[in-house]
Amino acid sequence: MDFSFTEEEERFRAEVRAFLDQEVTEEFHQELEERGETEFSREFTKKLAQKGWLAMAWPKEYGGGGATMMEQLIFSEEIGYHHAPTGGHRQGINLIGPCLIVHGTEEQKREYLPAITAGEVVWCQGFSEPNAGSDLASLQCRAVEDGDYYVIDGQKTWTTNAHRADWCHLLARTDPDAPRHRGISYFLIDMKSPGISVRPLINMLASHDFNEVFLDGVRVPKENILGEKNRGWYVSQTTLSFERSGIAIPAGAKRNLELLVEYAKETKRNGAPLAQDPIVRHKLAEMAVDIEVNRMIAYRVAWMQHQGLIPVYEASMSKLFGTELIKRLGDIGMQILGLFGPLERGSRWAPLRGRIARACQFSLGGTIAMGSSEIMKNIIATRGLELPREPRP
Amino acid sequence: MNLDFSEEQEMLRTTTRDFLTKECPKTLVRELEEDEKGYSPDLWKEMAELGWMGLVLPEEYDGMGMGFMDLIILLEEMGRNILPGPFFCTVILGSLPILEAGSEEQKKELLPKISAGELILTLALTEPSARYDATGVATRAVAQDDGFVINGTKLFVENAHIADYIICVTRTKEGASPEDGITLFLVDAKSPGIRCEVMPTMGADKLCEVVFADVKVPKKNMLGELDKGWPVVQRNMEQAAIAKCAEMIGGAQAALDMTLAYAKERVQYGRPIGSFQVIQHYCANMWISVETGKNILYQAAWKVGEGLPATKEVAVAKGYINEAYKFVSERGVQCHGAIGTTRDHDIGLYYRRAKAAELAFGDTDFQRELVAQQIGL
Amino acid sequence: MDLGFSEEQEMLRTTARDFLDNECPKSLVKEMAEDEKGYTTELWKEMAELGWMGLTIPEEYDGMGMTFLDLVILLEEMGRACLPGPFFSTVVLGGYTILEAGSEEQKKELLPKISAGDLILTLALTEPSGSYEPDAITVKATPKNGEYVISGTKLFVPDANVADYLICVARTKEGASPEDGITLFLVDAKGPGITTTLLKTIAGDKQCEVVFEDVKVPKGNILGELDKGWGVVEKVLAKATVALCAQMVGGAQAALEMSVNYAKERVQFGRPIGSFQAIQHYCANMLTDVDGSKFITYEAAWKISEGLPATMEVSMAKAWVSEAYRRVTLLGHQIHGGIGFCMDHDMPLYFKRSKAAEPTFGDADFHREMVAKQLGL
Repeated sequence: MDFSFTEEEERFRAEVRAFLDQEVTEEFHQELEERGETEFSREFTKKLAQKGWLAMAWPKEYGGGGATMMEQLIFSEEIGYHHAPTGGHRQGINLIGPCLIVHGTEEQKREYLPAITAGEVVWCQGFSEPNAGSDLASLQCRAVEDGDYYVIDGQKTWTTNAHRADWCHLLARTDPDAPRHRGISYFLIDMKSPGISVRPLINMLASHDFNEVFLDGVRVPKENILGEKNRGWYVSQTTLSFERSGIAIPAGAKRNLELLVEYAKETKRNGAPLAQDPIVRHKLAEMAVDIEVNRMIAYRVAWMQHQGLIPVYEASMSKLFGTELIKRLGDIGMQILGLFGPLERGSRWAPLRGRIARACQFSLGGTIAMGSSEIMKNIIATRGLELPREPRP
Repeated sequence: MNLDFSEEQEMLRTTTRDFLTKECPKTLVRELEEDEKGYSPDLWKEMAELGWMGLVLPEEYDGMGMGFMDLIILLEEMGRNILPGPFFCTVILGSLPILEAGSEEQKKELLPKISAGELILTLALTEPSARYDATGVATRAVAQDDGFVINGTKLFVENAHIADYIICVTRTKEGASPEDGITLFLVDAKSPGIRCEVMPTMGADKLCEVVFADVKVPKKNMLGELDKGWPVVQRNMEQAAIAKCAEMIGGAQAALDMTLAYAKERVQYGRPIGSFQVIQHYCANMWISVETGKNILYQAAWKVGEGLPATKEVAVAKGYINEAYKFVSERGVQCHGAIGTTRDHDIGLYYRRAKAAELAFGDTDFQRELVAQQIGL
Repeated sequence: MDLGFSEEQEMLRTTARDFLDNECPKSLVKEMAEDEKGYTTELWKEMAELGWMGLTIPEEYDGMGMTFLDLVILLEEMGRACLPGPFFSTVVLGGYTILEAGSEEQKKELLPKISAGDLILTLALTEPSGSYEPDAITVKATPKNGEYVISGTKLFVPDANVADYLICVARTKEGASPEDGITLFLVDAKGPGITTTLLKTIAGDKQCEVVFEDVKVPKGNILGELDKGWGVVEKVLAKATVALCAQMVGGAQAALEMSVNYAKERVQFGRPIGSFQAIQHYCANMLTDVDGSKFITYEAAWKISEGLPATMEVSMAKAWVSEAYRRVTLLGHQIHGGIGFCMDHDMPLYFKRSKAAEPTFGDADFHREMVAKQLGL
């Protein structure tokens, strides 16, 4: 066993950290907050592209950096720690890009991949529908052939960044009579196409990241289908061997914990520093332990992948642990800030510019999005422990 | 022992629920979150006509002379509906201290106006030290000419921006103990020297920063005795904590009802999600929390209403219900899935209220410390 | 980075597991819980022949010269098997203290005997205060006629009933700080003035009260430097804490496997209970706790093996594993239902051990306080 990184890896971490320290400053965060884009920055995405880090995990022949799992892990950890915005490229780099690399035609690859690696286009994902959440395969959005086109009608929801995106990768049903998983196709759609309308879904923090997307007779050229017709479900299950450690979550939590520790040391309550209150010490220490356990659970995923092993339930465990952890941290953070906890940015009394109150509300989505905690536990139980599946009624 | 509500009380609950469902829909709640005043004067008037502001005030002051338990029912329904506005601060934090400590003259002047809905009051207690005990009171009132001059900063003052009077808790003497030397003043909220600013909060609950700079108050505006104000505050804090619990339980019940309805109706994998065992268990746990919370609440509220010592019961109730409301609304969001995290969905309103209410009149750790003292630690 | 074990380590694990499966069935574990000595000399000898007692003792002292991390693997398997007996006391508490503080002469005399299984040792550290802090050391050693005389009571001394030597942590001076003035003595456990009483515990582990009444110890039996023993204790405690975590991890893994197997087998309502979502989620929680416990323990063990500073990691491990092991055994019991509550079932063995291990070498609160210090609080 060896829990350390190589010297070369440590050098890489130092380089990333120096870059992020310089770029992702308090002022930068403030600017994004004022623009209502806490999770999104085209400029930042471009800067990562210029450093050659944006597509670091992609194979070199597609303009990627061919980075090792350990380098990817380090990079994700630093990005998470700095709370750097990834909304400008997450979809392109992590989801549609890999699908294109595996399933795209040469033409599709030529057309779409360079723009993704350069950080020039923003993609959104048209998967979820009002009646297809955890049970995605029940989606109802229809695509019907019409000459050289497919005509798409339906509604998508929870479409992050649809209002900012240039392109959308979307699942639609092309054979309503086939079994659920076998009648779905994968489309690449220009968001400027006539018939697309986007309606904001404002989240609990009053910020606009999600949308509903309505498709009303949207004509998509046939060459914009990815993979074979009716094989879209399987295309969507593609994952390149990117690191799936989920390390960004405990890394981000670590940063918030450090801020809370500083706050506790600097803030006097009842005549003494909060840091001397045994309850406060206990709560912060408990979080520190949880974060370290989370880090180990995440490291294991990356290490397995580094060894060429395929995580079975381990990535689900990391997602489950991390998203539940930041809920506890949000709650505990608010408790430590006391009456000042709910104060938002804009009040001179708001500690840490209201970031704990934001983190607390934001954390509610974590255990729901990208596979809820319940789904993660189902996976851990059935795949990790091989418990029998629940019989279908 | 009688653990049932009377017929009149059940009727009060029904009329209140019907009225609020009709007159205070969630669209209005959301609108008022963004509104500068944070309440609807029309609704306020209607509530006054129903006699709500004077519910527990004696009839001689134009009140309805009802009991504290009746007020609890009303507050439960208000919490259920998330009624925005200055009811809580006017009635609980304003009228009750006046009733307890006011001179006959003050009562005669102010209470009928409160009953009529013509006055908005609030209590300015907490300061940047953010504590609910006497040590936290640093705002000073110094005798000068025929009155007093107040200087200091109060924080988290509910609805001060629309209040007519602020009951300001001040220090008039450095006494032998922190409790000694505290005096309450009825301060005209429009007095020169008062600067009031609404603080932005995640609950959008109109908490204010109120700065007193050489604010002159006539002697006759002293509420209760000089230097002996703390017991009044202490008693009011108990009333306020248990009243807040009532609001919270009402909110928790609403969050539970909403979640149950959604779990029965939302279909995934070909069946209502409420037929999945884990969702069933979440809901069962939520229900247990709400029911337990109610029992604890009613017991404590009864004691407070009867004027019996209730320090322990109130602390147990607030400590338990803080966590219960948070738990129920958080599980509620989880059961609702993504839709529950949107600004437009009602379940999130309850979650944000739960977080805000947890801190008011003592958070869980504060209450646990009180309980620890009460059990002899 | 390498989060896997080497081939040799995997082999060590397999042999240990096979050996213990054969030689240490649960029937023996239960028998030994009732037994006065708490171990069998046959099994002890066989373990010595496998080289386990000298696993991490350098080869020059007839040991195998392996690392602390290797020992952790062995301990994990022992925890899994609920191996009774004085292995932990002798090897971890005794062996490491001698390695850390012993003179060359002491090492030459004692370590080969430990390796050979000819010697049982233990550490007499805690006293009736039940604390692991240096100020809890009140047992006094006073110089007299070229010897030391020890008086006082040690409590929770593991395996003192069968030990040949006790390493007694005694106070030799009232120093400027509580750490200053503590000395370690190698005491013949059967010497005059020593009364050892077995404590009755839930896990049937052999914890003892050891009363020292004017026990004479020659100067030559001081381990390490006079008055400077606490530094040694701290180092040994760090290792012992992680070693205990390793045992707990092994126990938790066994409890998990037993519960999952039962959930697959046990049929109710016409289907295995493991197909019910609630049971599945319990099992998922257990696996998460077990996996988390493993890696937080391995991380600390690796740091110790490498001689890196590990104060934070050691405390994080014990804080986490103490509670995780308890959660795992509690859920395991819940899954097993009534049958798991029976005395002859194996589940209670693990639950009892989790409760016994929780406070040993500091409970979760103690270690969270250590973490808080490390965080700079």
